[in-house]
Amino acid sequence: MTTSTPTTNKKIESVSGITVRLCGDSGDGMQLLGTQLTNTSALAGNDVATFPDFPAEIRAPRGTRAGVSGFQVQFASEAIFTPGDTLDALVVMNPAAMVTNIADLRKGGILIANEDGFNEKEYKLAKVESNPLDADVIDQSYRVVKVAMTKLTRAAVAEHGLSTKIADRCKNFFAMGLVYWLFGRSLDPTLRFIEAKFGKKPDIAAANVAALRAGWAYGETTEEFGESYQVEAAELEPGTYRNIMGNQALAWGLIAASKISNKEMFYGTYPITPASDILHELTKFKNFGVRTFQAEDEIAAIGATIGAAFGGTMAVTASSGPGIALKGEAMGLGVMLELPMIVINVQRGGPSTGLPTKTEQSDLLQVMFGRNGEAPMPVLAPRSPGDCFAMAVEAWRIAVECMVPVMLLSDGYIANGSEPWKIPEMDELPTILCSHPQEHTGEGPFLPYARNENLARPWAIPGTPELMHRVGGLEKEDGTGNVSYDPANHQHMCDTRAAKVAKIAERIPEQDVNGETSGDVLVVSWGGTYGACHTAVNRCREAGHSVSHAHIRYINPLPRNIGTLLKSFKTVVVPELNSGQLRMLLRAEFLVDCIGINKIQGKPFAVSELVEAISKHTSTHSQSKAG
Amino acid sequence: MNLPVLKAADFASDQDVRWCPGCGDYSILAQMKKILPDLGVPREKTVFVSGIGCSSRFPYYMNTYGMHSIHGRAPTFATGLKSTRPDLMVWVITGDGDALSIGGNHFIHCLRRNLDVNIVLFNNRIYGLTKGQYSPTSSEGQVTKSTPMGAIDHPLSPLSVALAAEATFVARSIDAHVQHLGKTLKAAAEHKGTSLVEVYQNCNVFNDGAMAYAQERKQRADNVIELEHGKPLIFGAERDKGIRLVGSHLEVVNTADVPADDLLIHDALDPNPSIQMMLARMRYPEMPEPIGVLRSVAGVSTYNDQINEQVTQAKAARGEGDLSELFRSGDTWEVKA
Repeated sequence: MTTSTPTTNKKIESVSGITVRLCGDSGDGMQLLGTQLTNTSALAGNDVATFPDFPAEIRAPRGTRAGVSGFQVQFASEAIFTPGDTLDALVVMNPAAMVTNIADLRKGGILIANEDGFNEKEYKLAKVESNPLDADVIDQSYRVVKVAMTKLTRAAVAEHGLSTKIADRCKNFFAMGLVYWLFGRSLDPTLRFIEAKFGKKPDIAAANVAALRAGWAYGETTEEFGESYQVEAAELEPGTYRNIMGNQALAWGLIAASKISNKEMFYGTYPITPASDILHELTKFKNFGVRTFQAEDEIAAIGATIGAAFGGTMAVTASSGPGIALKGEAMGLGVMLELPMIVINVQRGGPSTGLPTKTEQSDLLQVMFGRNGEAPMPVLAPRSPGDCFAMAVEAWRIAVECMVPVMLLSDGYIANGSEPWKIPEMDELPTILCSHPQEHTGEGPFLPYARNENLARPWAIPGTPELMHRVGGLEKEDGTGNVSYDPANHQHMCDTRAAKVAKIAERIPEQDVNGETSGDVLVVSWGGTYGACHTAVNRCREAGHSVSHAHIRYINPLPRNIGTLLKSFKTVVVPELNSGQLRMLLRAEFLVDCIGINKIQGKPFAVSELVEAISKHTSTHSQSKAG
Repeated sequence: MNLPVLKAADFASDQDVRWCPGCGDYSILAQMKKILPDLGVPREKTVFVSGIGCSSRFPYYMNTYGMHSIHGRAPTFATGLKSTRPDLMVWVITGDGDALSIGGNHFIHCLRRNLDVNIVLFNNRIYGLTKGQYSPTSSEGQVTKSTPMGAIDHPLSPLSVALAAEATFVARSIDAHVQHLGKTLKAAAEHKGTSLVEVYQNCNVFNDGAMAYAQERKQRADNVIELEHGKPLIFGAERDKGIRLVGSHLEVVNTADVPADDLLIHDALDPNPSIQMMLARMRYPEMPEPIGVLRSVAGVSTYNDQINEQVTQAKAARGEGDLSELFRSGDTWEVKA
C-alpha cells in the first residue's frame, strides 16, 4: 500500500487554529473520524484538544436527533487548553446532525453536508418540515458545501465489489479525506491505521483507502473550495510526544506506578460508563503483571481490591458515581484497615443513572464524605487527559507512603478527551518505595497499628512469619489492632486517621497560580474545567483585568498555602459543573466568601461564558474602586 | 529435617472468645484448630476472611492472618487475596444471613469461578448478631422477632444453591458431631477449588434446638444420613433404613425389604450433579438429611490459577512489559528544541 499524501495545487491560507466538529448517526463512524483527525493533527505538531459527545444509547434509532454522535477537535499552532467554543467547520451526515449542531458554527464558518443524507425520510426522522439546508438563513450565515458523499463513495469503492451496505459504511473515510484536504492533513497516519485495522480484510481496507483518497481528490477538484487551510506546528516544550486520551493515560499511569514501585497490579472493577475504558486498556497489559478482575458488581470489585491490598499487591478499583455509591461501605473498611489502594471515580452527570455519557463534577462531596462515620480519604483530581498519568502515579505514591486508600477523581470530559502528551523519561518518574516488614523486631507482640512519622502503619503481609495479625471493620486499638470499644481509643483513632490525611499536605506541592498571587479576582477551579478556566483567565488578563487562576489538583488535603491565597484576593470565583461543591468546602474551611459560576447541563464550560461571568466581578470591582 | 510440630493451641490467638456460652461456634473453632496442624500449612500462610455476624468474629480468635470484612462480602475479599497470593490457604467464614442474604450474589460467583478457597457456612437458621430475626434458611412459618405471624419466605438450601452454581466441592456437617465436622473440614481443605461446608450450628439464645433432630445423638441416627463416596445410603440407629432411587426421586426403604443392590450408591465424584441435587433436597422430617461430602469433583480449573496463568502466558509471549516501549508504541512525534 502506498502511503504518500498528494500535494495540493490550490492556494493555502495559514491560520493559527481550527475548530471542527464531525456529526452523524451513531454508527456512522464519527468517533473514528474524529480520533483519526486528532492523531493526524497531533502528529503534524499541532496542539490538540478534543471533545467526543455521543448518546447513551448503543444505537439510538438512526436519523433521529437522539442518535446524533459528534466529535469536536481543535488543533492549533499555539498552546490550547479546550476543544474550542465555536466551530470553524461543521461536517454533518444527515439533517438531525445539522439541526442539533448548527448553532455552534460561527458566522461565516464552513458547513459540509452529506447531500445524500438529506431526503424526505430523513427530514421526518429529524423532525424537520423541509430541507434545513435550503433555509435562507443558512445560506446567508455560512459557507455551505453540499457533497453527495454516499454516491461518490459508492463510485469510489465500486471496483472492490462490496455490497452497497458495506460500501456505504466507507463514507466516513470519504468525509475524512475531504476534511484532510481542507486542513492540509497528511493521509499517511490514517493509511497506516487502515492497514493495521483492516489488514486481514483486504477488500475492506482497499475500499476505505479508495474512499479516503476520493474525499481528498474531491476537495482538490471541486470548485466549491478555492483554498485550503494550514495550521503550523505549535511551539511545545521539546520532547517526544504522543496523543493520549484521559482514560488511557490513567491506565498507563497505573501501569507506570506499578512498575516503578516494583509491584504487580490488581484491578478489580465492574463496567460502567465512562470508566470502562480503563479496564479495556489495562487488560491489554498482562505482560506488565496486570491482573484484571471483572467482578459481579461494584462491591465485589472493591472487596477484591482490598483483599489484594491486604496480600501486598498494588490494588486499584474504578467506577463512576453510582458505582462509587455502592463502594462506600468498603471504602470505609479500607480507611479502617489502613491499606494502600486507589479508588478511581470517573464522574458523569447524576444523580442516579443521570446522564451517563455527559460530563459533570457533582461527585466531589460524595468522594469527600460519602462514607459512614468519619472516614477521611485523600482526593486527587487530574486536570486534563495527559495529567491523568501524573496523578495516577501521585495517587499510588501517597497511598503507599501514608498507608491509606486514595481517591482519584476524574470526569467524562477528561476521560474521553485527548491531548498531546510529552512522554516522560524514566528518570523523571518518581521513585515509590514499597516495603513490607520481614520480621518482628522489638519487644512484645507485633504491633500492626504502630505508626511512623507519616502516621502510616506497617504493611505486613500474609506469608510473613511472626507478623500474624487480624484486621477488620470493628474499631482497632491503637498499636495492637485488637478490637476495642474503649471510648477514648475511638476518639484517638478517628483523630489519628484524620491527622494522617491532613499531614499529606506536607508531601504535596504548594498551590501554583497563573497570574499574580494577590489582586482583584482569584478564579479557583478543579478537574476537567482546567482548560476552559485557564483560557478564560488568560483572556481576562489580556483585557487588562486583575484576575489570577489557581487550579487545584490536590483536593484533600488542600495545598498548605490555599488559605493565604484565598485571602489575598478581593473576590474568589469558583466555576464548577455542579451547584457549588468546592465552593462549599472552601467557605467552610477558610471562612472566605466564594462566588460560584455553576452549570449542570452535562456540558463543559465554554470559554466565552466564563470570560463573561468572571468579567462581571472584575468590573464590579473597578466600579467600586472608582466609586 | 525437623519441622516444628504445631498443635491446636498454637492456632489460638490471644483474644478472648466472646460467643454466648453454649454457642455451637465453639465447636467449629475447636475443630478448625484441631485439623489445621494436620494440613501442613504454616500459620503465616493461613488466612481467615469473614463477613459480619457471630460466625464472622472467627478470624479474631485464630493466630493466623485474618480479615473481618463487611456484611456478605467475604468471598470478594478472598477473591482479590487468592488471585494475587495463590500461595496462601484462604478460609472464608460466613453465616446463613451473611452468605445467603446480603452476600448471595458473591457466594454464587465465588463458587462458579471455582476460586481455590474453603467456605465454611455456619447455619443456625436465625440472625444472631442482630438478635433474633428470621434468616433465609429459617423454616416457613417460624415465629421470630420480625415475623410474629410466622415467616412467609421459603427457605433457601445452601447445598442446592452451591450445586446449582456448579460448585466442585459441597459438604455438610454438624457442630455437635465433632469427629464428622473435623473430617469434613479437612476434606474441604484438601480440595482444589472452592469448597463449601455447611455446618448446622445451634444458636442456643435465639433458635435453640432448631436442628436438634440432627444434632442430638439419640435422634441423629434416624434423621441424618452420613454420605460416603462409593457406599450405599444406609441410616437409622439400627442401620435398617436405606435410600433407593426410583425414577426421578428418592425414597426411604427398609433394608430388610429390598435387595442390597437396590440401594443408591453415593457418587460424590460424579460431575453430573443431578443425583447430588436430589440428596441436597432431602429434608427432615420427610427424609433424613444428608451430611458428609455430597460432591467432590477434581480437575476443574480454578480462578486463581487461570488469572495468574494468563499473566505468565502474556509475559512468555510478549516479554516482561517495558514502560519506555509502551509509551513509544504507536504514533509519536518529536518537538525539537
